[in-house]
Amino acid sequence: MSFRFSATVQSRGFEVSLALGPAETVAVLGANGAGKSTLLAVIAGLLRPDSGQADVDGKVLFDLGEAAAGGIWTAPHRRGTALLAQEPLLFPHLSALDNVAFGPRSAGLSRPASREAARHWLREVDAESLASRRPARLSGGQAQRIAIARSLAANPEILLLDEPMAALDVHAAPLLRRLLKRVLAGRRAIIVTHDVLDALMLADRIIVLDNGGIAEEGPTKEVLRKPRSPFAARLAGLNLLTGTLSGDGITSGDGLHLAGHLEDGGQAGDDGIAVFPPSAVSVFPTAAHGSPRNTLPVTITDLEPHGDQVRVRAGGLSADITPAASADLGLAPGMTVYFVIKATAVSIYPA
Amino acid sequence: MSSANRGYAGVPAWIYVVAALGGLLVLLPLGAMLARVNWGRFIPLITSESSLTALWLSLRTSAASTILCVVLGVPLALVLARGSFPGQRVLRSLVLLPLVLPPVVGGIALLYTFGRQGLLGRSLEFAGIQIAFSTTAVVLAQTFVALPFLVVSLEGALRTAGNRYEAVAATLGARPTTVLRRVTVPLVLPGLASGAVLSFARSLGEFGATLTFAGSLQGVTRTLPLEIYLQRETDADAAVALSLVLVLVAVIVVGLSRRPSRSTNLGAAP
Repeated sequence: MSFRFSATVQSRGFEVSLALGPAETVAVLGANGAGKSTLLAVIAGLLRPDSGQADVDGKVLFDLGEAAAGGIWTAPHRRGTALLAQEPLLFPHLSALDNVAFGPRSAGLSRPASREAARHWLREVDAESLASRRPARLSGGQAQRIAIARSLAANPEILLLDEPMAALDVHAAPLLRRLLKRVLAGRRAIIVTHDVLDALMLADRIIVLDNGGIAEEGPTKEVLRKPRSPFAARLAGLNLLTGTLSGDGITSGDGLHLAGHLEDGGQAGDDGIAVFPPSAVSVFPTAAHGSPRNTLPVTITDLEPHGDQVRVRAGGLSADITPAASADLGLAPGMTVYFVIKATAVSIYPA
Repeated sequence: MSSANRGYAGVPAWIYVVAALGGLLVLLPLGAMLARVNWGRFIPLITSESSLTALWLSLRTSAASTILCVVLGVPLALVLARGSFPGQRVLRSLVLLPLVLPPVVGGIALLYTFGRQGLLGRSLEFAGIQIAFSTTAVVLAQTFVALPFLVVSLEGALRTAGNRYEAVAATLGARPTTVLRRVTVPLVLPGLASGAVLSFARSLGEFGATLTFAGSLQGVTRTLPLEIYLQRETDADAAVALSLVLVLVAVIVVGLSRRPSRSTNLGAAP
């Protein structure tokens, strides 16, 4: 009893295979254009891949060979893959209740029975009082709640969520996230998101897409604690440096050496990854200070506010310092400074 | 909307002058016609038997051709807006051809299709069906010229609406026919309605194709425009009076199609 999927879409350089357990929620993360939306569109049957297979609980969604010949292609409405997009896309001519009743009605239920089912799902999302409203008279958060009820009412085998919180304001998003956490429990779902909080709260597992392929996957906490891809590291708010393991640390491709403590017993000469938080990085105008072993000369690319700190971005790494320190040093993009990193804060593990 | 605090319009003053000329070109002739109406004889003229027969025939045939336009035009617009097949662009241009074709040419084309010696007419005659110079021919001629109005209007509405609602409906388990009935058609209903009204108006005014293909038999094919043309030869007052009736009907029809659309709030998602 599971969902298995693999597909290639050559025109978008997309090649992904994944599997989901019966009650598993997976968060799909990645930069824009990494293939997240393509993944959902192929699963939902809105985009036909060049080749691949997918089945859910023994039902074949598609089975397309390498050759152009026929194959199996199940139409979107027979797949049981309800899609919830960024915008709620409630049918504007139907009341909230009839929007939610749309799935049950399409499944062949009578009008009263489908409305009864719709009421149940509106209660589930705490929106029963909105039943008679037209979508034009709902706020963004309310509309997205109705849209969630509508997706659930269709009783999907896989719920596909495409950045469901992205279009909401900061007040509506937390409420909806809690709601999703409640209704996704015990369901199979794939949630595409930009937000690490969504992944932490809603997903059992993370898949990081990059350039149309899977760059990294694993249990959410594991990936965020020990990211192996630059994207996941940025997501977790960590600096990441890849290179070759040596006796006391790691040496990157462009010759930078970083000392730290090796985890999981990697061998010298193996490929490795070093991870450290921006708060463990100090910024100095000259190389003379701090531990001589972990001093990296870098050129500042950006300064940006980060909480009550200033985040200094340079050479793909970040340092968090106080605004006062930034002003004292007179930091500006283009300046060459030295990032000094405490060796004890650097975790190094094999790639 | 108060005129006191409007935003910057960016329209040069001289544009208003040219625009006024354009407006005059449309309104002045109507006014001139209005001035020529013989009000004393107006009611008797428009209620004469031949006038009422022509008006009734015009309304019936225009209603029939509007229905035909909807039945044939909705699938055509859907296929042109949403489908993808070889020759789609060519088909779109050809379907729109009657918009720019002289109606007389359309009438001749129809005659060589459905006429006694026509492409299909010969087979139809064997089956005992004669179309040319019948009321059916009037409806066909009107449909021929009016169909593009419905297709253009609806295709535009379909393209503006996009197909994202349809994709969502499909993932909720709705069959394509259900999606069409419960999502697509309700979403483009304003476009469909205005297309139907325009088709009705075009059918009502149809003259050239009707005269060529259906002739001018009183009560059978002589619609109001044909009656007006005929009366003009003998009784100018009657022609003017009937013209005014057509202008009134046209004004009502255009008014209906320009009515602000209901609060369906297309595209402007909250």
